This record gives sequence, C-alpha cells and structure tokens, in this order.
Amino acid sequence: MTGKEVLGMEVSEKKVSGKKFLGKTVYSGSTMGKVMVLRNHQEPIRRTKVEDAEQEIGRVHGALEDAKQQLAELYEKAVKEVGESSAAIFEVHQMMLEDDDYLDAIFQVIRTEMVNAEYAVAVTGDNFAGMFAAMDDEYMQARAADVKDISSRLIRILSGQGGADFAAMEPSIIVADDLSPSETVQMDKKKILAFVTVHGSTNSHTAILARMMNIPALIGVPLNLDEIQTGMTAIVDGAAGEVIFEPTESQCSEAEEKIRMEQEKLRLLQGLKGKKNETKDGRTIHIYANIGSVSDVGYVLENDAGGIGLFRSEFLYLGRDDFPTEEEQFQAYKQVVQTMGQKKVIIRTLDIGADKQADYFELGKEDNPALGYRAIRICLKQPEIFKTQLRALLRAAAYGNLSIMYPMIISVEEVKQIYAIVEEVEQELKRDEIPYRVPEQGVMIETPAAVMISDELAELVDFFSIGTNDLTQYTLAIDRQNQRLEDFYNPHHKAILRMIKMVVENAHKCGKWAGICGELGADTALTEEFVNMGVDELSVAPPMVLKVREKVRAM
Amino acid sequence: MKEFTYTITDKEGIHARPAGELVKLAKEYTSGISVFKDGKKADAKKVFGLMGLGVKQGMEITVQVEGDDEDAAAAAMETFLKENL
Repeated sequence: MTGKEVLGMEVSEKKVSGKKFLGKTVYSGSTMGKVMVLRNHQEPIRRTKVEDAEQEIGRVHGALEDAKQQLAELYEKAVKEVGESSAAIFEVHQMMLEDDDYLDAIFQVIRTEMVNAEYAVAVTGDNFAGMFAAMDDEYMQARAADVKDISSRLIRILSGQGGADFAAMEPSIIVADDLSPSETVQMDKKKILAFVTVHGSTNSHTAILARMMNIPALIGVPLNLDEIQTGMTAIVDGAAGEVIFEPTESQCSEAEEKIRMEQEKLRLLQGLKGKKNETKDGRTIHIYANIGSVSDVGYVLENDAGGIGLFRSEFLYLGRDDFPTEEEQFQAYKQVVQTMGQKKVIIRTLDIGADKQADYFELGKEDNPALGYRAIRICLKQPEIFKTQLRALLRAAAYGNLSIMYPMIISVEEVKQIYAIVEEVEQELKRDEIPYRVPEQGVMIETPAAVMISDELAELVDFFSIGTNDLTQYTLAIDRQNQRLEDFYNPHHKAILRMIKMVVENAHKCGKWAGICGELGADTALTEEFVNMGVDELSVAPPMVLKVREKVRAM
Repeated sequence: MKEFTYTITDKEGIHARPAGELVKLAKEYTSGISVFKDGKKADAKKVFGLMGLGVKQGMEITVQVEGDDEDAAAAAMETFLKENL
C-alpha cells in the first residue's frame, strides 16, 4: 500500500464519522457494536518456479486434507442451521476434491512446468471450470462455479489465507461487499450483531440467511469499503434502514435509548399473542404475514399471524442456476400449507424481473425494468415456466388452505388468459390422475390501471391484494431507489389512499375481499384509516403483526 | 467382465450429489468400473468425468465392471442405481 492511499484513508475516515448511510432493510431491529470488515481476497496468483516438484505436490496433499476438514465442518454446521438440502453443496465439494482427474491435472502441471502449487491449482481450476461451462446443459454449466470455489479454497489454504477467523471473533457488525453462503454459514450466530453489505438483493443468500438467523441486516448500502475499518463502532438501525459509523456521543445515546425501547416494546407485545384483531367497537381485520421462504414460516407462527398474506415464490427461482422443478416447488408449497394447518396461505406466482433477476431467465438488460418484461408478463409469454409453477400450486392446494395470487395485472384479458392456462393445467392433472385442487385465485392491485378497472376485475377474481410499493411508485412516478426524489415521495399521498378506498369498495360490491400486502399495510399511522375504509386484511412482515394488532385493539 | 444397462428415472439425472455417492461406492472395489452413455465413456471412480456425461432422466447407461471383485461390484452398482437414480 502506498503512502498516498494511507493518507486517503485517514481523510476519508473522518468523512464517514457520524455520517448516515442508507440501505435496504432485509431484517429489522437496532443494534450497536464493533465493526468487522470482510474483504474479498482476490489477489492475483503468482507463477513461481520451484526446484522440487514433489515437495509442491506434498503441499497440495496437505491443503486437500485441510480443505476437506473445513468442508466437513461447514456441512455439519449448515445442516443444523439451514437444513440438509442447502448443506449438500458442501458435501459435493468434498467429493470434487477427491476427483482423480482434477488432482492428476494439478500434479501434472507442477511436474511438467516445475511451478508452485497455487498456480497449478488455479490453472487446473480454470480448465475444469471451462470444461463445464462449455457443456450444453445448464446444470452442468453452473457446476463451473463449484470448481472455481473448491480451487480458490485450496489456493487460500496453500497461500496461508485461512479466511477470516470467526472463532475468535467478538460479537460484531459484519460489513462486506457481499457474502457467499459459505461465509454466512461459517459464522457463529451469537457473534453477529448485524449484516451490512454493499451489494446483494433482498433475495440474495445473505438476505435469506439473515432472515433465517434473525439478525438485523441492511443491503445495498453505498459504502466505500476502503473507508471502513475493522474495530470501528457502528449503529445499525434496521427500521430506518441506516448505518452510522463512528457515531457521535449523542447518536450513541439516541441509539441506546432506541434499543432499550425496542426490547421493552417487544416484551409488551408478546402479551398480545392469542388475542383478536378487534377494535373496541367490535370491528375485526385479518392480520397476515409476508414471507419470502419456507423457513420464514417459523416467524409467522411465532408472531401469531392469522395466515400468510403474501408468500413470494421468487425465492425458489433466485440464487440458483436453473429453473426449479415442479416437484421441488410442490414440496416447498406443500410444506408451508401443511405447517400452517387450516390458516390461509396466499402464494404469489413468480414476480421476477425489475430488481429481481436470475441469469438463467436470460431477461437481458432493459432501459426501464420497472416498466419492463416482468412478473405475469413473463408467465404469459413463456407459459411453460408458468405452467410448471401452476401445476405445483394446484397439487399443493390439495393439502391445505392455499390461494394463488397473480402479480402486475393491468387488464381483464390477462386474467382470462391466466384462467385458460389454469384450465389446461387442471385438465392435465386430471388426465394424469394426480391429486389437485383449484384454489381461490386473486390478483395484486399494483398498477393504476388495475385500480381503475377494479370493478371489472372484481367480477372475475376471488380477492384483491393491494401491493402499495409498486402502486405508489407507478402512481407518483417516483423511483423509490432514487434518493434524490426523497423529498417528493409521500407514502401517505391522497391519491394512494383514494385508490385503496376505491379498490376496497369495488371488491365489496361483488362480494369479494380486499387486503393490502405492501409496506403501507404495516404503517401503523394508517391502520385506523384502513379499518375505517373496510380493508379486510393487512399482510405485514412477521415482526409487525403484533404491532398492528396493538394498534387495532387501541381503536 | 460384467455388464448391465440401466435407464435413469431420477428427475435430475446424474447430478453432483448422486455422482459423488456413486464414486464413493465405486472406490470400495478394486475392479475397474466404466459408465457409457451414447458412446462416451467415464470412469465411475471420477466424479467430474461421471457428471461430464450429462446423464438425464430417461437416458440409458451401460455399466462395465472388470476385475477380481467384479460380481460384487456390479451388484452394488446396480442396487445403488435402482435405489438412487
């Protein structure tokens, strides 16, 4: 490192002190503590000549033992924390490290070129990865990443970078560019106060694991990691989606107060479990939970939600290399409806596109992804993807109280097209004598178009769920990720509230029900207004269920 | 030499995990074990090679076993395939 860079860091350290950085909250909650920065070690691998090839080969054997040991430990840990199917990858990695072709290739490079082990592993890893990448099978192409992963593990061990030492770690706020699943799983839960990452989406591995581990997490925080040092103090405020490094004394005492109050509130709210969502004058509203993965169901039950109002099925599609099979989806949906017993589970069909991308969909870049090829539009244009999901849903519906919800609807014709596809799927299942049930079907109201024709849509569907995040963005023409527009953004804009009222009235006229599953649903400043409008259901993040219930009961 | 054919019924085909398990089993025997698909050959004791065959559901593979313990090895391979793939 040059002196100039050190100087730059000193200057910038002052720059971050006390400054607030905003990100997207994956899991709420406040915390304060020491920072631990994880940096990606991607130093170029040097090619050096060696005198004794057999000594280098000996080093590879030693590293192999260490790597297998590490993977065995990771596997055990992952089984306990995230379940066997997610953990299997670490077992596969162990087997790959025993492959004779791979090892022979490494030894061959060392012997013929008389080079160091690190270089031989890197070259072999690249060759094998290239071989998989060239196969005409998407699953095999994706295995290239596994080959790279095992190779870099070997290189890390060979070059003495054992990775971050998590065992000796003090409870810390983890700050990183992004975290790989193996990094996240390696950490001891008790030692993680929060996750703060520069990249990652709400559906990334980090996000999914953070939710599973119940740890405050912010993603998409625009940090320059060179300005952040391990050992700094930081405050993470999940509710506000902000992180402050080297806070001032007043910021610290403010945070301490907030953390204390959060804990006190949490304790009080526990007393509301098992109570009704009923106002003093006897009006009731359903309070359901929004979830994004099968493992979140625990939080739904823990927080006493009446059902699942929005189950984002994208988790099945994201963070992987190929489409999930019908069987895989069926098992996931079935598990959720069975765990929920008689309680309602509303599963939203694939809502990919816009900010949620998966490479294998090959959606390509769009100038305007929020207004682009996404959600139901993909499903109607590529019905084979849609039909696989519908088959899994209809099959799972036979096992519990499942409802299907379609996102991004703008017209009556779309609903009719969907119904035609559902009909086809039904016929196929009937023909194949596979148990199924055609459940309640509803649409998301998240475009101004859907609001304006909600009277016609209400005749066709069983229910509405208003997705206020997109509805607000489309109605106000404000990109919520654009921080320059913050002053213009008013989530309580009259236009939105009037739209909600209109949708609820149109649903009721046809004897249908209407709920809200966007962030606005959890906004306790509006709970009273929603109840007065006659909103039938609010679907909120699991930790918000009891807070909304408290509000309803105080009315 | 022992030889038999088997048609894969598993939806995912011979993907990483079962390939690994198959290799583990194959290594318990001294006999040479080869897997053929569409004329392509892979050593059943090498996981990358086996995965590299790209065997999917509905495809037929031929397994050849040759060596001192070929009877036991062939029987074990066949049982494994039937139970897992």
